[in-house]
Amino acid sequence: MIRVLVNRLLGMAVVLFLVCAFTYVIFFVLSPDPAVQICGKNCTPEAIDQIRANLGLDQPFWTQFWTFLGGLFAGRTYGTGANAIECVAPCLGYSFQSSQPVTDMILQRLPVSVTVAVGAAVLWLLAGVSAGLVSAVREGRFADRFIAGLTLTGMSVPNYVLALSLQFLLVVTLGWLPFPQAVAFGDDPGQWFANFLMPWIVLSIGAAAVYTRLTRANVIETLQENYVRTARAKGLSPGLVWRRHALRPALTPIVTIFGMDFAGLLGGALITETVFGLNGVGKLAADSITKNDQPVIMGVTLLAAFLVVVGNMVVDLLYTAIDPRVRVGSSA
Amino acid sequence: MTASHEDERPLLRVRGLTVAFPTAAGATEVVKSLDFDLARGGALGIVGESGSGKSMTSLAIMGLLPKGAERTGSIEFDGAELTALKEREMQAVRGDRIAMVFQDPLSSLNPYYTVGTQIAEAYRSHRTGVTRRQARRVAIEAMERVHIRDAARRVDHYPHQFSGGMRQRVMIAMTLSMEPDLIIADEPTTALDVTVQAQILDLLAEIRRDTGAGLILITHDLAVVSEVADHLVVMREGDLVEQGTAERVFCDPREPYTRMLLDAVPRIDDEIGLLKTTTAEEDR
Repeated sequence: MIRVLVNRLLGMAVVLFLVCAFTYVIFFVLSPDPAVQICGKNCTPEAIDQIRANLGLDQPFWTQFWTFLGGLFAGRTYGTGANAIECVAPCLGYSFQSSQPVTDMILQRLPVSVTVAVGAAVLWLLAGVSAGLVSAVREGRFADRFIAGLTLTGMSVPNYVLALSLQFLLVVTLGWLPFPQAVAFGDDPGQWFANFLMPWIVLSIGAAAVYTRLTRANVIETLQENYVRTARAKGLSPGLVWRRHALRPALTPIVTIFGMDFAGLLGGALITETVFGLNGVGKLAADSITKNDQPVIMGVTLLAAFLVVVGNMVVDLLYTAIDPRVRVGSSA
Repeated sequence: MTASHEDERPLLRVRGLTVAFPTAAGATEVVKSLDFDLARGGALGIVGESGSGKSMTSLAIMGLLPKGAERTGSIEFDGAELTALKEREMQAVRGDRIAMVFQDPLSSLNPYYTVGTQIAEAYRSHRTGVTRRQARRVAIEAMERVHIRDAARRVDHYPHQFSGGMRQRVMIAMTLSMEPDLIIADEPTTALDVTVQAQILDLLAEIRRDTGAGLILITHDLAVVSEVADHLVVMREGDLVEQGTAERVFCDPREPYTRMLLDAVPRIDDEIGLLKTTTAEEDR
């Protein structure tokens, strides 16, 4: 068990290192010179050189990359003497646009993205798994066909279409939801909830459709397993056969895909956050891309990669706990 | 269990049992009007090729036919008509009074639960007021009765930690914990290699001797049935071809099909040395 954990952690470190290296190459080597962008319109070659020296861009690539990695773990200092700026770990650099530390920018917006992700995840898990169960129980009947139709629609509609239509319908036409306003949960819980309701729905629909299909297929398949027949032959009640012998094996694979989907969403929902004007990590990424704010884009990319890798590891560990065939090796 | 000396009724009395699947071209009968009896404590072998309807017969008795299958006829078990029972009443019979051992012990055991849990759950669901400890005790005892060594430790192991033969012992232990009146074993040795087959057959014979339970052994393997059964039913494409005492059917088969089946396997009345060689060769 401990060996598995150590192996996983090592693998995770390697993946993250590679992600760092690739993003660094893409954003700082292949992109236009950041010093020119920072310097702006009234710029002299001396000023550009000064900025390059401050950012360490005059150093060889490997030195730069090493300093960047060091900044992630131990922080780094930009410039020297009186102009020196201390950037504490995990240092992702400073925004070219606002000169704020990227880490702070991300941390400020992370709670919004987490709220969006958690709410959406709860919705799609509840909706997807229960619709899948209903579909499996009523296989081939009307309810099953109806749900199949819904999932097909849910999977086909793009997020931005759904987001804009919902906004138009619920806020503008029907007036069921108030116009979004930035409020803290403590100040106006109703408005806060209304702000997040539509993003939750929009983000959960596609995933709910996938989870419905997955749950349905898994349950139907599990009910045909020989061990379900054994359970019935033992005289267990249908409820017990379902709960104990069908549901657990059928829902285990859901854990795997849920971990991945959820981790991916934590890193920001680009389109949905932008459409609904939510100031989350996804919107930050979208804004930085339009402004070519490389340190921010890179910071958001690294965060997303980190979350996916960590999510993957959590899933693996959970799987070990859930499935005895993984947890306990064969001894016979 | 409930048999008294003057009770001469058979344990199981099957009359006109028919299993049919509705298809576009009308109902397809996979078991056609089957009649047979099983005496109390008797061992009945149902023999036939794949598709002869023998497994469907056993599932019909258990009331576990696949969706869409239609069952007609009479199945009288210990004086009670099983076909008249409601699903809930049938649940009380299943596992408790009629237990079943299936062909492939690995896929027939749930990989997510320890064998102890799986042996004990039948006991806990049929007997009220059983504590977890008591059920575990029953599971360990059942495992000891099927000669699983170190049962107190092995009870917490998962199915994948057992070998094929041991898994089938676990399946048999599962039926034993309930002290059933009838055990139906559907191809219990088919998935096992020959030496283990013999051990499992010995075990079934031992259990029958010790508990007095009736046994229905379903198999395509005449060698298997010859060791255990005292009565034989030969089936082909859903029809009952021939039935009688095992000795009579083996030594004096009346139907050409039975004779053909017997000719297709190494004869049990061949010289012992010769039989052993052939079986050994088949192994390899």
